[in-house]
Amino acid sequence: MKSLAELAAIRDKMRQTVATRDDKASVRVVVGMATCGIAAGARPVLNAFTEDVARRALENVMVTQTGCIGICQYEPVVEVYEEGKEKVTYVKMDPAKVARVVSEHLVGGTPVAEYTVGTISK
Amino acid sequence: MFRSHVMICGGTGCTSSGSDKVAEAFENEILANGLENEVKVIRTGCFGLCALGPIVVIYPEGSFYSRINDSDVKEIVSEHLLKGRPVTKLLYNETVAEDNTIKSLDETAFYKKQVRVALRNCGVINPENIEEYIGYDGYQALGKVLTEMTPDEVIQVILDSGLRGRGGGGFPTGLKWKFASSNRGKVQKYVCCNADEGDPGAFMDRSVLEGDPHALLEAMAIAGYAIGANKGYVYVRAEYPIAVNRLQIAIDQAKEYGLMGENIFGTDFSFDVEIKLGAGAFVCGEETALMTSIEGHRGEPRPRPPFPAVKGLFESPTILNNVETYANIPRIILNGAEWFKSMGTEKSPGTKVFALGGKITNTGLVEIPMGTTLRTVVEEIGGGIPNGKKFKAAQTGGPSGGCIPASLIDTPIDYDNLIAIGSMMGSGGLIVMDEDDCMVDIAKFFLEFTVDESCGKCAPCRIGTKRLLELLNKITSGNGEMEDLVRIKELSEFIKANSLCGLGQTAPNPVLSTLHYFYDEYVEHIQNKRCPAGVCKALLNYKIDQDKCIGCGKCAKNCPADAITKTTYIAPGHKLPSLTIDPAKCVKCGACMDGCKFGAISKG
Repeated sequence: MKSLAELAAIRDKMRQTVATRDDKASVRVVVGMATCGIAAGARPVLNAFTEDVARRALENVMVTQTGCIGICQYEPVVEVYEEGKEKVTYVKMDPAKVARVVSEHLVGGTPVAEYTVGTISK
Repeated sequence: MFRSHVMICGGTGCTSSGSDKVAEAFENEILANGLENEVKVIRTGCFGLCALGPIVVIYPEGSFYSRINDSDVKEIVSEHLLKGRPVTKLLYNETVAEDNTIKSLDETAFYKKQVRVALRNCGVINPENIEEYIGYDGYQALGKVLTEMTPDEVIQVILDSGLRGRGGGGFPTGLKWKFASSNRGKVQKYVCCNADEGDPGAFMDRSVLEGDPHALLEAMAIAGYAIGANKGYVYVRAEYPIAVNRLQIAIDQAKEYGLMGENIFGTDFSFDVEIKLGAGAFVCGEETALMTSIEGHRGEPRPRPPFPAVKGLFESPTILNNVETYANIPRIILNGAEWFKSMGTEKSPGTKVFALGGKITNTGLVEIPMGTTLRTVVEEIGGGIPNGKKFKAAQTGGPSGGCIPASLIDTPIDYDNLIAIGSMMGSGGLIVMDEDDCMVDIAKFFLEFTVDESCGKCAPCRIGTKRLLELLNKITSGNGEMEDLVRIKELSEFIKANSLCGLGQTAPNPVLSTLHYFYDEYVEHIQNKRCPAGVCKALLNYKIDQDKCIGCGKCAKNCPADAITKTTYIAPGHKLPSLTIDPAKCVKCGACMDGCKFGAISKG
């Protein structure tokens, strides 16, 4: 270890990894991972969220999973819970859509209306 | 990037209840489900709730699984990790609310009132990965002192924090460092760590070594900088194999990362640490004996002064602190003395780790702010006494301490309060006793330990404790006289005043404190030849209530000494003659009583 800067670099890199163990999250991204969700491709979606959130070091976001949400025809379903705001439900997700949800919704604060259950089920 | 972390306790407690197998099962199941790039399995240090081991915590949800064995793993992987449904029936039941929702661990009675400073990383990081420690601000404090602070400033912060030695005596740590700080750079000095935790029932230091070994190394380097030492020794007992192994891994990694060795952070400060294994002698936890042992001699104490700060290891100025004390140091440097003083009491700032054991529901490791009452520790955090029994006393300080009776259960725990009521902090073993424990027997137990562990160098300890034990044996075997109580007191005071080291000076404490708080129990043993708790075998008498006995003969079958025979008496309403015990043949094993379904046998 030559310098404090090197130490800080390791710390920052590890913070992304260990952030999974913090419970500071104010935003929860919940991916439906029941049989229906998995069959429709929920796992790549879950992993895309995990990677994107870590890459952007969004410490307030926790990516987790749940069982069947009940609208199997719309799987993969992702719900975003934010303190003090109404739940947003995204349906028929795929890894490509994840990038937009992360940048516009989780970072930017504006839900991607065209992916939500309200728009797609019409 | 892993989306989920499975933390499996790798402390000694959970390892002995099979957590290695659980970890292996997780690795296999995760592979079988193709989750190896999504889920990471990590072995951690102690979570504290040893009674419920093996413990597994799964993040990001923070689900706390307790008493997991390898056959549960398949279900957890397929349900929780694959499908995202925590297996509620395997979760620690305190974390599951009535409506089946899952509560955070911090809301459970066991964790709610705990404040983790020394144990902050235990159960949180992988102790065998230095980068995880760095990820939680590890080695930042060392970087700060080396680049921004003078050695005197470091000592001042520790002095200001009011940190006192967590190994027993409670001596101010900053003062110890200050005494050893003169002549920096001119003479060889040493930084030692006492990890020779020997009290029966204490395992705080072991848990820090197992769960967060880098915290100790970082703190020792800080101490080295403060007093001007370039060499450290950790004296740890060979009976702690997991701790020794992890500590060695930590030392190797710290060297590899340049956080130990020559010119740390490009400064001219160099520091190196070496492990010295102890053979497990209790006396080697005494500072002068410990240093004598490191030097390669037989572990025996020597008189003080000179104190180690003046003439310690290899006749050089030395500081010696215990593991838990060191574990507080990096946090104090990073957060400041005021932060540390905001916890605990005025004269005992900070927190203290206790190893809860004995008759208590939540056996394990807890860290609480100083000044927390014994009642909070026993009834709330500890979950009370099992089987609806009543709290009788708690022993703190192990064989050097004393007992705290139920009448003093509201005493706030800190160094000075414990001394005032005739006990001491010790390293933090806290053994809870209920109404079935005989206090004379407890005193005897601790004294037997010190008699065994006395090194024999000085007569008051070697001969005195032995004679003291003989007096206690006389009482528990039913031959005691009232004069013995006077002799016990006199001899105890003599041993305390004249022994060479802390072992002898404190050995009579358990006897004196039980004699003080439970005098009546001693008198009962002597005058009525009766042990009220029903423990001292020689004073026990088993009796069959002839009217309750239905004459089934179960007790006679159980009796290994053929002491139970039929009488001619048939109680009203019964068909068979009742039985009776011949006291001359009875070996007082209690097998008859255990076997009787009718409650006809009593002891007293």
